[in-house]
Amino acid sequence: MSDQLLVADKLTRRFGGLSANEAVSLTLTRGRLHALLGPNGAGKSTCINMLSGDLPPSEGRIYYQGRDITALDAPQRSRVGIGRSYQRTNIFPGFTVLENCRLAAQSRHQRAWRLFANALGLRDTLDKAHAVMAEVGLEAQANRIAGTLSHGEQRQLEIAMVLATDADVLLLDEPLAGMGSEEASRMVGLLDTLRRSRAILLVEHDMDAVFAVADEITVLVNGQLLATGTPAQIRSNHEVQQAYLGEEAFHA
Amino acid sequence: MTIKTHTAGIAQAVVLAALAAYPLVGSEFYVEMVAKVLVLGIFAMSLDLLVGFTGLVSLGHSAYFGVAAYAVALIAPEFAPANLWFVLGAAVLISAAVALGIGLLVLRTRGIYFIMVTLAFTQMAFFLFHDTALGGGSDGIYLNFRPEPRIGGWMPFDLAEGSQLYYFILAVAVLVFVGIKRVLRSPFGRVLVGIKSNEHRMRSLGYSTFNYKLGAFVLAGALAGLAGVLYAVLFGFVTPELLSWHESGHVLMMVILGGMGSPVGAVLGAGAMVALEEAFSLLTTHWQLLMGGVILAVVLFLPGGLIALPGRMRQLIKSGGPHE
Repeated sequence: MSDQLLVADKLTRRFGGLSANEAVSLTLTRGRLHALLGPNGAGKSTCINMLSGDLPPSEGRIYYQGRDITALDAPQRSRVGIGRSYQRTNIFPGFTVLENCRLAAQSRHQRAWRLFANALGLRDTLDKAHAVMAEVGLEAQANRIAGTLSHGEQRQLEIAMVLATDADVLLLDEPLAGMGSEEASRMVGLLDTLRRSRAILLVEHDMDAVFAVADEITVLVNGQLLATGTPAQIRSNHEVQQAYLGEEAFHA
Repeated sequence: MTIKTHTAGIAQAVVLAALAAYPLVGSEFYVEMVAKVLVLGIFAMSLDLLVGFTGLVSLGHSAYFGVAAYAVALIAPEFAPANLWFVLGAAVLISAAVALGIGLLVLRTRGIYFIMVTLAFTQMAFFLFHDTALGGGSDGIYLNFRPEPRIGGWMPFDLAEGSQLYYFILAVAVLVFVGIKRVLRSPFGRVLVGIKSNEHRMRSLGYSTFNYKLGAFVLAGALAGLAGVLYAVLFGFVTPELLSWHESGHVLMMVILGGMGSPVGAVLGAGAMVALEEAFSLLTTHWQLLMGGVILAVVLFLPGGLIALPGRMRQLIKSGGPHE
């Protein structure tokens, strides 16, 4: 249990009278991919937003390597080592692929006071940008304008940017959304390698992908945690079957 | 790409040479007008740092320009010339400090609210100098002597001499231009452009964008202050109008006219604005009506401003070609 990187302890988020998340707890461990499942409106986005600092929780605490980070805002959490990608592609569409990755890498050594330094001359930042482009397979597109990439490539770029921040906790919000089967399988392969040295939280609708790569699955329904367990346990969990997945999905 | 940057480099060298040679041929009146364009060019470049690069549309930028101009008038002794380096440094620091104070408050707002609060602050500054004993009322203050650039006992040049004043302003404008170019390619500058493109993403990448925006705001305020100092030195008097929101709108129009997001564009916009005002006011007393028409036409038909004109022409020629 020494590699527990991120622990969410009874997170609750209310919007007015509505509880979008009610006492949700989960643990992300290095080397493991934890999937978050749930029907639309189950509170998956609220949960990931609380973990990334985009949304403050109403109650509950968040710990990163044992340190309470509940009060940190999104930039601070990123600097601690929690990176996130977004469900709707969130890049700098007017910049080149390289500049997207370079900006992400620069966030680790910001050097804001070096007003007359040439940003493109900072070797460590540039090397990092090239390394992550190679890692996700975008090296050949380095000088393309990001907005002109295919949807799948933009999703890859999104992951590359998170990697450039050296995050060891990855919060990935539907990285496979809208991808063709070939692109999706390449992404699943990438997730598989990324997991080795990091902890990953994956919010995903694609059941096949989730059951193929997840080490652990948490199911949310109506903002409440219904079950947590291995894919096999979730598959055979009767409550989960009834509440969300539908019986057929399991016998296919 | 390299040919393009090459052409731009040559164009800049030609323009610089023309500006340097101008006092040799131009009349005193027009030399002063070009100096005014350079001063307003610095002012416009400073605003462009916010509007064109960081995505912060400030309608209160005249506050820093005017505060620095007033600082020169208020610091200068009545019966002797002030030291240029001292008033320059003090006035720019005061502008930067005012920008820091205002920035800490206004940068908590966004969009239309940001525009409104910046406008409110510049109006407060306007009334501070207009309605209190501090600013000498609506008449403003005269500067009895131009400041002296004395270093110890040595006077490297004399601002009372028209052409030397011109060259001093030209030198400052070139320094600001080169400096802003450098800042824009620095890590800090790249972050500003990132904030304009997608602030939310910048935050999730680990940038505390408030601090960056505040840095840009203070830098822009300081440079506007520098322009304000030059303005006061050039014309020898300051009035509360320098701080009014009209002046803020005026400099914003220069940025739009020239093309946002380009220091060259900002200077071009300042030049075009002064030239058009001059030309229209010779034609009619209702010149502001014509000016409004030009701004409208640029916004509608040339959204990139004057700086986008060569590109547009090239495109037109290209698309026109195959039809022949």
